[in-house]
Amino acid sequence: MHIFKDTHYNFLRWRWHALVVSWVIILAGIVTIATKGIPKGVEFAGGTVVITEFDRPVSVEQVRTALDASGSFAGGGQNVVVQSYGDPALRQMLIRVPTSGAESGQALSKTKDTVIAALQKSNVGFKGVAGTEIVGPTVGAELTSKGLWATGLSLIAILGYLAFRFQFSFGVGAVVATVHDLLVTLAFLAFFRYDMSLNVIAAILTMTGFSTNDTIVIFDRIRENLRSMRRDSMFDVINASVNQTLGRTVISSGTALLTSLALFFFGGEVLHGFAFTMVVGIITGTYSSVFIAAAIVSFWRGTAPTRAAAHAPAGLDVPKQAPAPQQPTRKNKAQRKARAS
Amino acid sequence: MQNIRWKMITIVAVLVVFAGVGVYPIFAARYHWPSPGWLQEKQLKLGLDLKGGVNLEMRVETDDALKLETDQESERLREELTKKGVMFTNVTTPSVTQFRIEGVPLQQEAAFREAANEVQDFDRTPGASGTYTFTMKPNIANTRRDEAVTQARETIERRINELGVTEPSIALQGTDQLLVQLPGVTDVDKAKSIMGSPGLLELKIVEQGPYSTKEQLIPGGQVPSGMEVVPGSSGSPGDTGNTSYYLVRKVAAVTGRDLRNARPSLDENNQPAVSFTLNNEGGRKFGQVTGDNIGKRLAIILDGRVQSAPNIEGRITTDGRITGSFTSEEVQNLSLILRSGALPAKLDYLSERTIGASLGADSIRSGVMASLVGLMLIVVFMLVYYKFSGINAVAALVLNLIILLGLMAYVGAVMTLPGIAGFVLTMGIGVDSNVLIFERIKEELEAGRGTRASLNAGFSRVFWTLVDTHISALISAAFLFNFGTGPIRGFAVTLALGLASNLFTAIFVSKTLFELELAGRGQGAQLSI
Repeated sequence: MHIFKDTHYNFLRWRWHALVVSWVIILAGIVTIATKGIPKGVEFAGGTVVITEFDRPVSVEQVRTALDASGSFAGGGQNVVVQSYGDPALRQMLIRVPTSGAESGQALSKTKDTVIAALQKSNVGFKGVAGTEIVGPTVGAELTSKGLWATGLSLIAILGYLAFRFQFSFGVGAVVATVHDLLVTLAFLAFFRYDMSLNVIAAILTMTGFSTNDTIVIFDRIRENLRSMRRDSMFDVINASVNQTLGRTVISSGTALLTSLALFFFGGEVLHGFAFTMVVGIITGTYSSVFIAAAIVSFWRGTAPTRAAAHAPAGLDVPKQAPAPQQPTRKNKAQRKARAS
Repeated sequence: MQNIRWKMITIVAVLVVFAGVGVYPIFAARYHWPSPGWLQEKQLKLGLDLKGGVNLEMRVETDDALKLETDQESERLREELTKKGVMFTNVTTPSVTQFRIEGVPLQQEAAFREAANEVQDFDRTPGASGTYTFTMKPNIANTRRDEAVTQARETIERRINELGVTEPSIALQGTDQLLVQLPGVTDVDKAKSIMGSPGLLELKIVEQGPYSTKEQLIPGGQVPSGMEVVPGSSGSPGDTGNTSYYLVRKVAAVTGRDLRNARPSLDENNQPAVSFTLNNEGGRKFGQVTGDNIGKRLAIILDGRVQSAPNIEGRITTDGRITGSFTSEEVQNLSLILRSGALPAKLDYLSERTIGASLGADSIRSGVMASLVGLMLIVVFMLVYYKFSGINAVAALVLNLIILLGLMAYVGAVMTLPGIAGFVLTMGIGVDSNVLIFERIKEELEAGRGTRASLNAGFSRVFWTLVDTHISALISAAFLFNFGTGPIRGFAVTLALGLASNLFTAIFVSKTLFELELAGRGQGAQLSI
């Protein structure tokens, strides 16, 4: 089977449109984050999460009423989140309170004890605690800065590696594309109100790796074609390279997407944010490899003949090319020759 | 042909070894198949988030250790000055690393210096009107802090081991934080109280008391020098409600450091108590102090509170008993705490995570489900898209996963829930290498080259691309490992090992399988791709 056989789409023609689309999404994301904020998971924000089990079916409202009735929560329990958790058959509820006890001695779990006491007192069939997560402010603050550092440093390291393996403009293209993916993913996380958790950060870092992968494959092909397509402009070389790797790009992203979707639908409650981030990251990562990374190299290097052409041996006729007309047949021949060598 | 045979033998050997280490024990444990002990020990370990347990982050209040050092040093100097007859008006401790001697008369300066020169860990700065400030040297302070953390860690380790937790882990985080993981523990409050209890036992001679108020004890409100007031129970059996106050000597006759053993026992009224035995050195000191103070009371002070204050009826050397109103469980815990020694500093809990066994089991179930669905989707896709060559990719993928499990078991990596996600992603991203190679082979075939030539070109041209993609992914995984704790580290490790084994399966295994397919067929052999 062959989906993309010898295609000649002019991808770079759409680079300006792509730029607009990307900016619209990113700006919308920034506006959402600025107005509503990024919801932070308990690891980052600090607070108390108690996953409780009940011995009979119970509704969110019942649990909420039970907590409100105790009167032990600031603001009448408005800031307390109650939601059902996991498989409904297990009758579990997740209760999240934005506060924890003080970080002094053993006081940290005080809020948890308050929640449990409130449920025990009420008549909702409280059975026990399946799990808890209590994070004081210190850990949350440390984690936030560590997460930012890890993401930033990993981007710098990738830029360094790509600059070493490719030309500098390629490294910049790849990193800008990755930053783009990061922003788009954050925007979608903000749109869909997913909590920023450790798992989501892990997914974001993985996604940056995946997105660079995709970019590298295209860049590798550009590098290869630069040797054989000396007469063509960077614009054409890039278009040809994207077309040649199109089948691989779509299939690889497809399989990665399939597994991420499997995680999203079957991986359980804890991995939901992770899987969502991966799904968004894979889609935007694939898109950005073509429309951002390659486009940046084309903006950078313009429509002038490629460097290989500029450095071509004397005697070879190297005309200053206007934007090259699409002549796929000729190009293909040149490539074939190159490969045969 | 010879070449292919050796390659196949290599692949089968790798398959057998990794399947044996990584996969067999999982099934053996589940279906009770026989497996040797060394293999079981190497079994893939589950993280806390899958197995259930308690995960605690705590900070060691190293200031406490410095304060203790400063207090002791100032006390020592005070005694020395008193002995030498040097006058002073006051001794204060303005911060945990500083103490100040005030009002030393000018004419006694030489004598003061002589005594103060003994204080070597502190820098001395003279101030106005005979005031001297002693500040702990920064390197000493740092050493003390490190020592406190190390000692706290060792103490906690002993306490956990006494609790009988299997495979606990204690790790240092940053400079003064500890991460403690207790698999299988569900009673977090008990674990916390046992780990965080200071466990400081002091035996001190009572000079005055007990009285029910402080005012009765020290009428002028001025505590005599070398003494201190300690609250506690009245000491009479059955009276637990009222707090009494004791005036005791500041310097302890014996502390918990001199203990050899502590164990639960019963007192003369058949109430739970803790019996302790002192070591030789402690016994000698204790014998001397009790011998000198017959008729007085001995305060048994635990964590700054008098538990009981029996009369000293004779010289006691090595054995003693702590009585009070204890339950038998409290007595068990207390003996454990005393045996493991005192914490050098207070512990503050910063985060606390508990995962019940059922929650962990749910996670395993959904993780396995997602893995199976993911695997199935990819197998179907590859077979449909690449036809016969799809089998090649699927074989490489399955081998990749087996090697990954085996490697994880071998290096002792821990499988966590995000690790399962990494496992699933390894499938999705791992076939990318195959796709890259196959697409290239197709291109070469379309360019009109022969089957074998296309095959070789496909693999050799894609090789460096694969190296680049794998290295950049490894860079992300490395930062992820560095950033994360517990579950996230499990994810980073899974991802990194998956990438490494993927290079082997996608290039070596896949190519060998193609060679095997073409072996013994003529030049015109076609590939189904």
